Formats: sequence, C-alpha cells, structure tokens
Amino acid sequence: MSTAVSTASPSTGSAKSTSGPRRRRLGSTGIVYLALVGILVISAGLVAAQGGNFFSQGNLFYLLSQTSLLGFVAIGQTFVILCKSLDLSVGYVVAWSSLVAATTMAGDPSRIWLGVVAALAVAAGVGLVNGLVISKLRVNSFIATLGVGLIIKGYLDTQYKGPSGEIPKAFQGFGYTRIGPVPISVIVLAVVMVLGVVLLNRTRSGYHMFAVGGNIDVARLSGIRTDRSIILAHVLCSLCAGVAGLLIAARFGTGNALVYTYGYDLNSIAAVVLGGTLLMGGRGSIMGTIAGVLILASLDTVFNVLDVSPFFKDVLRGAIIIAAVAMYARRQIDPASSRARFRALAQSVRPGGARDGQAPPGSSSASAPSTSSGKEATR
Amino acid sequence: MTASTAAGGASTTGAPILQLRGIGKVFFGNSVLRGIDLDVRPGEVHALVGENGAGKSTLMKIIAGVHKPDSGTMELDGKPVAFASPLAAQAAGVSTVFQEFNLLPERTVAENVYLGREPRRFGIVDAGRMARDTDALLADLGLHGLASWMRVGSLSVAEQQIVEIVKAVSYDARIISMDEPTAALADQEVELLYALVAQLRARGVAILYVSHRLKEIFDLCDTITVLKDGDFVLTTATADITPDRLVRTMVGREFAGYYPDKDPGTVPGAVKLALEGAGNTQVDGIDLEVRAGEIVALAGLQGSGRTEIAHGVFGVAPFTRGTILLDGKPVTVSSAREAVRLGLALVTEDRKAEGLALEQSISANARLVLDSVTPGSSDRRARAIPGILSSLDLVSRSKDAEVQYLSGGNQQKVVLAKWLVTDPSVIVLDEPTRGIDVGAKRAVYDLMRTLTARGVAILLISSELPEVVAMADRILVMRDGRLAGELPAGSDEETIMAMATGAGDTSEHVEVDLSALDVPVGDAARAPQSVLPGGEPASPRHAQRDTTQEDQ
Repeated sequence: MSTAVSTASPSTGSAKSTSGPRRRRLGSTGIVYLALVGILVISAGLVAAQGGNFFSQGNLFYLLSQTSLLGFVAIGQTFVILCKSLDLSVGYVVAWSSLVAATTMAGDPSRIWLGVVAALAVAAGVGLVNGLVISKLRVNSFIATLGVGLIIKGYLDTQYKGPSGEIPKAFQGFGYTRIGPVPISVIVLAVVMVLGVVLLNRTRSGYHMFAVGGNIDVARLSGIRTDRSIILAHVLCSLCAGVAGLLIAARFGTGNALVYTYGYDLNSIAAVVLGGTLLMGGRGSIMGTIAGVLILASLDTVFNVLDVSPFFKDVLRGAIIIAAVAMYARRQIDPASSRARFRALAQSVRPGGARDGQAPPGSSSASAPSTSSGKEATR
Repeated sequence: MTASTAAGGASTTGAPILQLRGIGKVFFGNSVLRGIDLDVRPGEVHALVGENGAGKSTLMKIIAGVHKPDSGTMELDGKPVAFASPLAAQAAGVSTVFQEFNLLPERTVAENVYLGREPRRFGIVDAGRMARDTDALLADLGLHGLASWMRVGSLSVAEQQIVEIVKAVSYDARIISMDEPTAALADQEVELLYALVAQLRARGVAILYVSHRLKEIFDLCDTITVLKDGDFVLTTATADITPDRLVRTMVGREFAGYYPDKDPGTVPGAVKLALEGAGNTQVDGIDLEVRAGEIVALAGLQGSGRTEIAHGVFGVAPFTRGTILLDGKPVTVSSAREAVRLGLALVTEDRKAEGLALEQSISANARLVLDSVTPGSSDRRARAIPGILSSLDLVSRSKDAEVQYLSGGNQQKVVLAKWLVTDPSVIVLDEPTRGIDVGAKRAVYDLMRTLTARGVAILLISSELPEVVAMADRILVMRDGRLAGELPAGSDEETIMAMATGAGDTSEHVEVDLSALDVPVGDAARAPQSVLPGGEPASPRHAQRDTTQEDQ
C-alpha cells in the first residue's frame, strides 16, 4: 500500500493515536447488505418459530415479485436523488404507462412491441418535462414533480374510469413466468441494475451526476453541463417507472389508473435512502438501493407470513427507515474534514517531554491525555 | 533542502508570463481597484500583500476570470486576454486555488482531479488510466502520502488544498494563484504546502501567493507586490525589503478623524468577563479580561481565531478547556440561549446570515432575542425598542419594513437594537462596522461610548486598525489561534500589524524537510518523528485509512 506519511499532519493524526488505531470504516452499501442479512436471519427465525419456512418457494417468489416492482422505480429514483433532485411523479408515470401499454396492445400479440415503445416513450416524455422544468425554469424538484404528477393524475382520472385495455397473453408472461423461483421480471430488473451501475460508475454521464449532486457550482466550474445531467437523470427515472408500469400491466392483464395509489413515489424514496444514498445528493449507489428494496420487500414478506396487522407493519417500516437514516447521519460527520487547529494540543501543553521530539510517555496508549482534549479525540 | 534556501535561488528574470496594466474595478459605484500593474514571471513566487480590504481578493478574482476588470489590460504571453469564466482562465493555463475549495468531498482524488474531462475508452470512463495518471502526477510532485483512490472528504484541509493544486497542475497551469493558502492550516501542514510550492517553482510555474503572514512571504516569495486601499503601492524583490518596511508600506494612512473621544468620566470598573486558559479546536490558551466600562479590542488577521473566541464566549462553539468568569464567578456557556440569559450579547460578523431574519420586519427582528429567551416579559421589554431605534438614528419609513430592503448601516442598527433591548452587561461586537457607511459607523462608535459610560463591557473584534486604535482601551492581538500579545490604547497600526503577522519573529524559520516527503514505503512508522517541531510523532494514519472504496 503506497500510503507513506509525507502528509504527516499530526494535528489530526495524533488525536487518533491517542484513541487507538482507527477502525476501518465499512462502506454504506456494506452496512445495508449487513442489515439485509440481519433482517433475513431474524425473519427466518421468527417464521421458523411459528413452524414455517421463510425461504419456501412461495415466500421467495412473493419477496422477489415485490422487489422487482419497487426495484425498477427505486433504481430510477436513485439517479434523480444522486443529482440532489427528487421525483414525486413516478407513481403516476407507472399508472400512465400501464394504461398506454394495455390500450396500445389491446390484446393483439403483434402490437406488443408497439405498446412497449409507446409506454416507454410516454414515460420518457414525462421525465423530459420534469427535467426541463427543474433545470431550465429552476423550479424546486419537489414542487415541479408534484405538479407534473398532479397533472397526470387529473388526466388519468378524467380519461380512464377503471381498468382499460388488454395485455396479450404472450406479454403477461413478463409478469408471471419464472425460472425456478426467479421471476422473469427479476432477471429484467437485474439487467436494468447492471446497466444503471455501468452508467453511474463507468460513464461520464454518471460521473457528472455525482458531481452535480455533490456541488452544482463545482460541477459547473469544471465545465459540466449540469442541466443535461439533471434532465438525463429525470428521463432515466421516468423510463424506469415506465418499465414498472409495463410489469404491473403484465401482471394485471390490463392497465389501471389506480396504480398510483400504491405509494411508489414515497416507497421508492425510502428504498433509496435506506440504501445509503444521500438525500442531499452526491453519494449513493444502485446496489445500495437494491438492498433497500430487498429490505422493504423482506419486511413485507415476513409481515405477510406472520399475518401482522397492517398498522404495525407501517409503524415498523417507518421506524426502520428513520433508524437507518439517523445512523447514516452520524457517520456523515467526518472528524478528519473539520478544520481543527488545536486538536493535537494536549501534547504540547503538557509539561515536559513534548519539546524534544520524543513521544510523550503514554501517548500511544489508549488512555486519553490528562487534559480535557480527550473529549475532542473521541468526539 | 529547505524551502528557505530556495527563495534566493530561483531565477526570476525573463519575460513576464502574465502582465496586468492599469487594472481597475468598480463595484456598485465603489472603486475597489485602481490602476493595478502586475508582472508575473515563470518560476517566480509572487506575493500579493495588503491589509484586509486592500483589494487582493478582487485582483485575484479578475485574474481567475471570476470578475471582469472595468479598466486596464491583461496580457498572457504578450497577447491580450479577457477570460469569460474561470473555466476559460483554466484552459489558458491560469488556475486559482480559492479558500473555499472546488472539490467534491464524496469523490476520490482522481475523480476530482479529472472532473469534467474524464478520460474515456470506447465511451466508457477509463478509470484505470485516470488513477494511473493521477498517481503519476502525485508521485511527480513528491506527494507520496496521497493516492488517487482516497476520498477527498477524508483528507485534511492541507491535503485537500494540495488536491486543488494538483488539479491545477493537471490542467498544465502555468500560473497558479493561491488565496491565503495557509489560513486554515496547522503549522505542520504548512510545511507540506511550502514543499509543493518549491516543486512547482522548480518546474517553471508562476505562483501568485496572497497571504498576510510575513514569515511565509519572506520564506517563500521572490517578489512582493503591495496593494493599499485598492491602489498599487510597489513591487519589489523580497531581498530588497525588510519585514518592518513592508508592514509600514501596507498600513499607514491618514487618520480618518471621526472617532468620538472617550468621556473622561468613563473609568474601567470591576472585571465583567474573564477567560482563563480558554481553548477549543480553533483557539488555545486564551486569557483575557474585560472590565465594566472598558472597550477591549481583539485585533488580528482574518482566521486568526478572533471570531472563534466570540463564539466560545457565546456558546456557539463552546470552549472545551479553561474557564469563563462572569463577574468573577465561573459559568458554563454551552449554548447561545444560556449566554443571553447570563447577560451576554453577540453582534455577529455576518449580519445577513447570522444577525437578521431578512424577510421579517424591523420590529420583528428587534424582538427576536426577547421573544425567544424571555417570552413571558417580552411585550413589556419590547416597549423599549422604539426608543432604542430612534436613539440609533435608524432611518426607515416604517417599523414594518422588511430588513432586507434596508441599507447595511440600518440593518446593523436593527441588530444592535435587538441586543440592546436585552440589557446586556457584556457585548461582543464582531466587525460591527463592516460594510456600513460612514454615518452609521459614527453611530456605532457613539453607541459604544454611551454603553461603556453606562458600565457595559465591550469586546470589539475588528479588522479595521484605525478603529481599533481609536476606540479601544486595550488591544489584544491574536495570531494563529493564540494571543500574541497585548498593546495599550493608542498603539500604532504598524505595531499591531507586526504583532498580528509575526513580523517580529522572522528568526523562527520554518524548515521544510523534503526528505520527509520522500519517505519510502514501509518506513512510515519510523521516519517522520524527526520532522515535526511540535514533538508529537506523526501517526501513520494513512496506513489505517479506509481502503474500502465506496462500492456501487
């Protein structure tokens, strides 16, 4: 490891030497997956205590189906939140694209591709509008996407009463077919996930999204066309919601406006935040989001299996989300980045020993120095 | 090799790479720069010095492409240039390292250095090449402690600054300007910067170095240009000027003459506020006393810790060591609310951000502290507000006017009223006359005299030396987070400046041991112990640093 000490900055270093070796930090994504494993273990235990098997084919299928629906929406939401934006219109986009797909296909297998393209085009169009309103008209993303969402809602409510259109049997397979316990939709989700990871971590567009969310002025001063990044993120987000709409249409065999009541907007945001992406933008990952979705789906599954009351379900979900974010917030405060001038002070103030270039006795032990700086060292 | 030897060694002859002639800048009718000439040559470290407000930062921003000059010409390699943006300046080889960094803390060093121009292969960002290039650049500059994969947010301030400089170098910058690069650094971190500056100079990069610290200027710089009140004063080789003369050149203007005299009847009484050995992460070992009816000034450069003392006293960023005594009794102040209850008041440095609710009315602002700290009696006590406001000569059409539409001076009067109505016994004024007109300044000075006549103790923090000299009964000078000394009333500005910049002790050379930067891998634990003057052995903390990359 090429980490010698040329940047020997004792002001920060020594504070740590008094408090013992620094613990290695686990990445946020690592923590989320640990939490996921923990929840799966607890769930399995609880279900087993009632004589059931949490990992039965049926349960796994339920878990994965739950995952795939929210998964698409949450992956999209990740792009947007990384850019320090937000999309509250995703639920309406899911509903609208399900209707566009079902009415365009109208039960005719030869029109499947037309329906898919039409649904995704409508979704992408909504994302484009969201992105333009936010980046060009400078409307706060919360308000912009809420407004666009309401417009879509009004249109859907007046235009479609009840289920409309018909999905051909061939396309319904997208909703139902599975290979072993793995639904096709999960495989599609995995593909979208890989594409998203590649986009975020291997392309300039992705790099620039992180930059725009981290500090838009820095991004702009570095020559990044920040408007483009924001628009792209919103188009991708809506496209993902469009795929979720196709999936839901395939499952129902028809399109339905009431899908927007399923709460994909807030649930997707919860999954993203649970997955360790900062709501303030600039940091996060799709893999984390997937873990967040899996956690929510696991909770859903175990609650279902255990027949927990819906009220308690929501209480527990809410508590878990808040606890997770509180934990991230604590980790956010990085002692190394604060501009302390006198952190190493305990040594120089101490009588004797400190001037001759030798380590003061005991400074390498874990005990805090005699002055009150112990408080600072541990913070 | 030490940086101090390099100061005399580099040759600075040859054609200037950057040439400014007659640069002027006007902000809102105020002329802040007039007729500035500046020549910067390759391989030269050129200091730009002057008091706070002399125009150094504005000049730097003009060079960086942030501001456009209103008059004068700028030539790069003999060709006239006008930078439309900082990006254009950077593309032309002129990079600037500002005090607030242009870095993304959540991203790695490599991602920051190549931000906006990531190398690609087949449409995919070539992360490997980016890392290799960054590591090569770091190695080239002798920065073995930094690596391309490190998250910028986990680096120290000094290291972040170095990442900024590395970014500038990666743009093939031929001119790098640095705005008070050491302002936020600990002494030991400064050495790292010195070494890097020496490296860059050896490569023929021209460095424009804005600093207040005379020691650094004399250690590092080949040439010095002095600005005063927006005017060009002189450019000289460092060898041809002494620290004393430099300080005299920087200060020394005619006495403005609008300071009210002290009422001879006002005699300092009992000690109101005392600090004994107070300190936190920003200041250390602060001992001071402010008596009833006394004005004690805290002078010093920006970033020397003056505001931090105010924040410590007022519980905003409490002291973690030492004692605060109020009327001789030790008190703990852990929040602003407690401070107000104890009879303290703090007029903050930044009135727009910290002093006022800009979208609220004058009367709402004036009641702010009363309402939040003494809600029960606030209506009764608020009756004093109109009287206080009129005694301050607040000019406004209505007490319901939103304070954002008031002039700076009137805004400051609202802030003062907000505190006066709480009847404080100790008032800390942090830059109370910054950005306000002469008339309002006079009102603030008059108020200070009135308050002290009533027995209020005032701690005045100010960068305006004439104000400090004219108003204070005693002057405490801060330097690098510690009290550098105390001066009596009427001390001259040069003495204060010399104490604040440490001009008196240039003998205390900062040695930069370059070998410390070339510690071979594996010797990490042994080698650096000799490097640090403070005696604390450096812990090889990078070895323990998080190696887990944030995964996708």
